Formats: sequence, structure tokens, C-alpha cells
Amino acid sequence: MNLFDIIGPVMIGPSSSHTAGAARIGRVARQLLGEQPVKAVVSFHGSFEKTYQGHGTDRAVAGGLMNMGVDDERLRRSLKLARDAGMDISFRPVKLRDAHPNTVVVDVIGASGKHVTVQAASVGGGSILVQYLDGLEVGFSGEKTTLVIRHTDEPGAIATVTHMLSSMRINIAAMRVFRREAGGEAIMAIELDQRPRDSLISALKILPAISDVTLLDQI
Amino acid sequence: MEYSLASLVSSAEGVGIARAARLNEIRYNGLKAEEINERMRQALAVMRQSAERGFDPGTHSMSGMTGGQAVKLMAAAQDGRTAGGGYLGRAAARALAIAESNAAMGKIVAAPTAGACGILPAALLTAQEEYGLTDDQLIDGLIVAGAVGEVIAARASISGAQGGCQAECGSAAAMAAAALVCVRNGTAQQCADACGFALMNIMGLVCDPVRGLVEVPCVYRNASGVAGAFVAADLALAGIPCPLPPDEVIDAMKAVGEQLPPSLRETGEGGCAACPSACGRRGPGE
Repeated sequence: MNLFDIIGPVMIGPSSSHTAGAARIGRVARQLLGEQPVKAVVSFHGSFEKTYQGHGTDRAVAGGLMNMGVDDERLRRSLKLARDAGMDISFRPVKLRDAHPNTVVVDVIGASGKHVTVQAASVGGGSILVQYLDGLEVGFSGEKTTLVIRHTDEPGAIATVTHMLSSMRINIAAMRVFRREAGGEAIMAIELDQRPRDSLISALKILPAISDVTLLDQI
Repeated sequence: MEYSLASLVSSAEGVGIARAARLNEIRYNGLKAEEINERMRQALAVMRQSAERGFDPGTHSMSGMTGGQAVKLMAAAQDGRTAGGGYLGRAAARALAIAESNAAMGKIVAAPTAGACGILPAALLTAQEEYGLTDDQLIDGLIVAGAVGEVIAARASISGAQGGCQAECGSAAAMAAAALVCVRNGTAQQCADACGFALMNIMGLVCDPVRGLVEVPCVYRNASGVAGAFVAADLALAGIPCPLPPDEVIDAMKAVGEQLPPSLRETGEGGCAACPSACGRRGPGE
């Protein structure tokens, strides 16, 4: 904790959890998709479902999907801006089991046909926790530069990635790996102390075990 | 780093509390002196803008429950129609303006939270208007408020869902009280005493937002919170010691928060939120 955790953040109101946190979740989904969505289905659970209109949670998520930050004045008008930009965005209630009261599921499709589903919770003070990516448990906050790698669960996949990071003097702050089944689809979520160069991302992408790489900047 | 007002006060010996708070941020939290000044200047600019915007009579929240009221209080304070005098009235009006602006999706600085964002800027900006303070003095006040807020956050909580409104508007009032003592040239101990008085006087305040929204009673509690900050600062500046050690008052606030039932911790189920008229009310915005 430092001074600016108390005097800050600078944000669009009214609620750090229901507005600022929601905008950050939208932005994570946008970055994981890697392009502006043409279609977005946003499902609100718990307190989010009950109060989303009054807190502007819908506008916040839409703004995040348009890559706006938590202090972007355009958040107020984001629903119109998103629709003007050709995004078909809709909101609906959902009941999830054992989920944090401020949870949202964002289902987005890009013009390229890429499809991403993110489940995340706004856990207080604008902080978020990304819990599931395409149904696979992940668990990262977006507060650090985060490398999200989709790969095949096979021996050496993790070692290759960590070796490439270490050879570029990039330190891993936290790392989690999840797989759908042994030998099946898996995801690494790696939180980093330094931002890797784009060349590392390109080098990772051509590895046979790796199907997709996304670098999330601090959100 | 030990989080206590007592250690903050002892570190201020010979250098003053604002300088001690700056040095602590540099030494323990890795911030740079220039970064502190620059970011605080930006925060102050956003605070000032949020106060100005809140006086737009067209400001309304999406629910329609709040907005457009601060301008009335400011007019009453300026026309001499208030009971509490011009200075206090203007401070309360500014706190209300910033909180109404927040409810209307305006840009604000959470201090320490969005729901309590009106109290600290209203106290400092109105003191600046009254006493001709410089922006540098206000930034010193913000840094002291931040240091006090860190102690409260570490020892207790600044979240309404965890500790009730005493943890949000109460913490903001305690931070503002310490900042006011700082800009009025009180001692470090008086800053700590003001913080203790503010929390003591607001202890037990529940978080009971109508319809779960950061609006009623929140925006009005920002107005009353700044008044509490002025009273707490004045008690300390007059040389009245806080009758209990301020750190113990913070710890008591934490304990009270834990004793509050969930219905009084930001669930929108008890307190004001349970008033019959609060349930199902619809405003002009819907």
C-alpha cells in the first residue's frame, strides 16, 4: 500500500467496485480478444445484476471493451459509442455457483471470428480477479504485466516458456497453469516484473505446443 | 513499516508531519519525491474540477435519486441563509457537489473511496478559499491525509462492505481533519488527535445505501462528514487532547465494523435502505 492507494485512483464514479473494476474487466476481455468485439454478451451475477444500471456497470464494461481506462470521461457515453462502432452488445442476468457477488461473464466475438469468454470478479477498491478464460481457471489480477499463453499440455511446454523469459532477464512474479484434461488444452497465466519485447511474443507464437499468446499490459 | 499514528507523530519530530509522511513514502513505499508532487498536483486538479462540475444544476445520477442539490446549499451559504455560517456551508456544499458528481458518473479522486470522495477535497478547497492557502500547502494536507488513511486502512478498513460507513465517510473525515490541522499549522500530535476525534464522533455509522446505490444517504453523509472533520480539527487545534489514544480509536472502529451485521454493511438491506419509502422508489431518471 502507498499514498496513491488512499488518495486515488482517479476514476469515473460512482463506485470503485461496480464502475472502475467493471471497466477494468471489460478492458481485460478486449485485450484477451486482441481486437474490438463485434458482438458482446455481458452476464451479471449477484450485486452486479441487482444494481448494474444505477452504478453504470453496463457502461463501464462497454467502455472497457472499447479499451477505455477507468478515468476516461467517455465511459458515460460508452454504450452509444460502442454501438456506433458496430458492437452488438447486450446484458443479461446470470446465477453462478459459488461466485463472488460482483462477478461478470463477458462473452466476446471479434471481426476475425475469434471468440473469448472471460469470467471475472470485482473484488473491491477497483481491483479485479480474472477467474476463468474459456472455462479454464486462470486467476490473475491484471495489476502486473501478464502473459496469457494457450498451449497443449505436454512435457517441456512450461520449461520452454520460462527458459525464454529468463534468457531475456524477465522475472516471473507469479505463475499458474491449468489444463482441461491431461494432454489437452491448457493455459499459462504468468505475471511479470518486466514487460517483454514484442520479439519474445513472436518467438513464443511459433512454438509448436503454443496456439495463442496474449500480453496484457497493466490494466 | 509500522502502521500507527503514534509512530507517524514520532517520525515528525523536528521535520513536521507533512515532511515525515513524504519521507516515509520514499523510504518504505519506493515512491520518488517528484512523483509524489506531480501525482498529488494532478489529484488536486481533478478534485477541483469535480467540485466545479457538481454545481451544475443539470447533474443527475442515472437512478434520478440524487443530483442538483449542492447548488442550492452553496447559494444558501453565500446568501447568509444557513444556520452554520458561510464557511461551513460552503464546505458542506462542495462535499455534496463532488459526491453528486460521482453519483452522476463524473471523474473524481477516490479519497479513500469513491463513495466518500467529497469530504477531503471539500475541506481543503474551502480552507484554501477562506485562508488564501497555496496549492503546495494543500498538497502537504493531501499527503498527511494519505498517511493517516494508510494507517486506518492497515489497522482497520476503508471499505463500507467490511466496516460500514464509519470506515468510508469516517475514514475520509479523519483524513480531512488531519489535513485541516496540517494546513492550519497545527502540530503532528494535533493531526493525530483530530483523526481520533473524527473517528470517535462518527463511530458506528452504518453503510445502508438505498437500492444498493452510492447515492442516498451517501452524498449527504459527505456533506455532514466534512462538518465533522472541521469540528474534529478545531477541537485539536484548540489544544484539547483526544481523550483516547487515536490508534486505539482506529482499532475500536475496526472491532465495531466486525460487530455490524451484514445488513448494515453495504448490502442495501438495513438502515436507510430498509425505510418503506426507500423500497421501490423511482426517480425522474427512469
